Amino acid sequence: MNSTQRRGVGIQVRGLRKSYDGQLVLRDISFEVAPGEIFVIMGPSGSGKSVLLKHLIGLEKPDAGEILIDNESISSPGLMDRHRIAMVFQSSALLNSLTVGENVGLYLSEHRLKPPAEIEKIVAEKLELVGLAGAQNKLPSELSGGMKKRAALARALVVEPELLLYDEPTSELDPLMAVTVAEEILKLNRRMSVTSVVVTHDRDLAFGIADRIALIHNGSIYSIGTPEEVRNTTHPLFQRFLAADFNLKQSDKS
Amino acid sequence: MFENIGQILILMWRTFQALPLVVRHKRKVFDQLFEIGNASLLMACVLSLFIGGVLALQTGAALAERGLSSFIGQIVGLSMCKELGPVMMAVFISGRIGSAMAAEIGSMAVYQEIDALKTLNINPVHYLVLPRLVAISIALPILVVFSNLVGWFGGAIVSVYNYKVAISYAAYFNSLRSGVDFLDVANGLIKSLVFAVIIGAVSCHQGLRTVGGPRGIGRSVTKAVVNSIVMILILDYFLTRLLMHLDR
Ligand SMILES: Nc1ncnc2c1ncn2[C@@H]1O[C@H](COP(=O)(O)OP(=O)(O)O)[C@@H](O)[C@H]1O
Ligand SMILES: [Mg+2]
Repeated sequence: MNSTQRRGVGIQVRGLRKSYDGQLVLRDISFEVAPGEIFVIMGPSGSGKSVLLKHLIGLEKPDAGEILIDNESISSPGLMDRHRIAMVFQSSALLNSLTVGENVGLYLSEHRLKPPAEIEKIVAEKLELVGLAGAQNKLPSELSGGMKKRAALARALVVEPELLLYDEPTSELDPLMAVTVAEEILKLNRRMSVTSVVVTHDRDLAFGIADRIALIHNGSIYSIGTPEEVRNTTHPLFQRFLAADFNLKQSDKS
Repeated sequence: MFENIGQILILMWRTFQALPLVVRHKRKVFDQLFEIGNASLLMACVLSLFIGGVLALQTGAALAERGLSSFIGQIVGLSMCKELGPVMMAVFISGRIGSAMAAEIGSMAVYQEIDALKTLNINPVHYLVLPRLVAISIALPILVVFSNLVGWFGGAIVSVYNYKVAISYAAYFNSLRSGVDFLDVANGLIKSLVFAVIIGAVSCHQGLRTVGGPRGIGRSVTKAVVNSIVMILILDYFLTRLLMHLDR
């Protein structure tokens, strides 16, 4: 594998089903993501987006169906050694006992991929990229939600993944930072054709970066299409979902 | 509790297989050792002093009535190193260190830190369980050696100063030396090594399977401590029986 001309991996999901204590959370989900694509999964809260994402990285085992990463089942042993997959968690999931710098460099230091001095350099670089320059020695408990999110993004970037999964990457960011993160997702995708799966209910982010968008509701995918196609959805729930706006003051006046 | 024994044994086995990796994690082992020592050494000494003391008090009075007070050193010495040192230290360490392990790993499970490790292709057993299990297996036997020494000394103080017993230090330690040999101490250390593995495995296992937020962490801590202690006390009997067999 050549690191400068790396190609993202393709994903195939077929007939995925998952329930927790009798509650069906994912019902018969199927879709494909092409190598190097930015695939956005959009849907209301509780629709199963996070659960779906955890299946894509093998953290959860499906009750039925299969997930293939470059035609290889996600559950096959050693897959994570052959493919670099990273995830930015909705809750950031930084290790609270480590500093921000140690968190960001964890992948390199634990797998002994680089000497410590070089790791330090890479960590500083990635932190700067996400607007956290100089935060190396802070503890996660000293960061705000948005800062944690960005540190988590930096930690995922250090992996130099072929597949990057984002769970609500902009949910705790201010609008400017959200744009920065969106740009970063695009840049990674363009430069190294990282396959990206982005879960979000941020419409601006979705339409700003997506090659294709899947609309998910109650654990089923309602439709998959380009941003244009999705904008013209005929599903009443998603029409409302995409058109929802703060018009409270106006409706007061009327 | 017993339905998990299979899983606990698997965790022990996987940790055992990973043992060669411990050199990579030696800093974490040292950190854990330091934490265990820091958290328990002083308290262990105080406990042992009183355990040795009460042993001398209970047996001393009874022996003196029968004119057998010259045996007291031997009795305190053997009880301490074969039974009370290992068991009491194991119980104490379950409460002091096992609980901390379950809480720490449990909160990592609840706050998805363990999931994050997995996505970084870091094996939680290697990263979290291995250093803890190794550290506690080193620390507990050492602590038991301390406990024995302090306990013997506690017994000596009571034997000398309690008016019902009132023998000399020399008589006490002569009796102790004649009755306790290296094998007796080793016997207790073997026990404590087994107990250490049990505390570490039970607590880490309980931590790893924690679900359900802060309340879940609390439940895991309680379970880890109670299950460790129950297993220690049950296993102590069978270990004693086994070691007796091997001994003589
Ligand atoms: N580990 C779990 N155990 C039980 N239920 C779960 C678990 N994880 C998620 N769920 C349920 O699955 C549904 C979808 O959750 P999630 O994927 O987090 O939604 P979202 O689309 O907002 O990310 C929710 O109803 C949630 O309660
Ligand atoms: Mg979610």
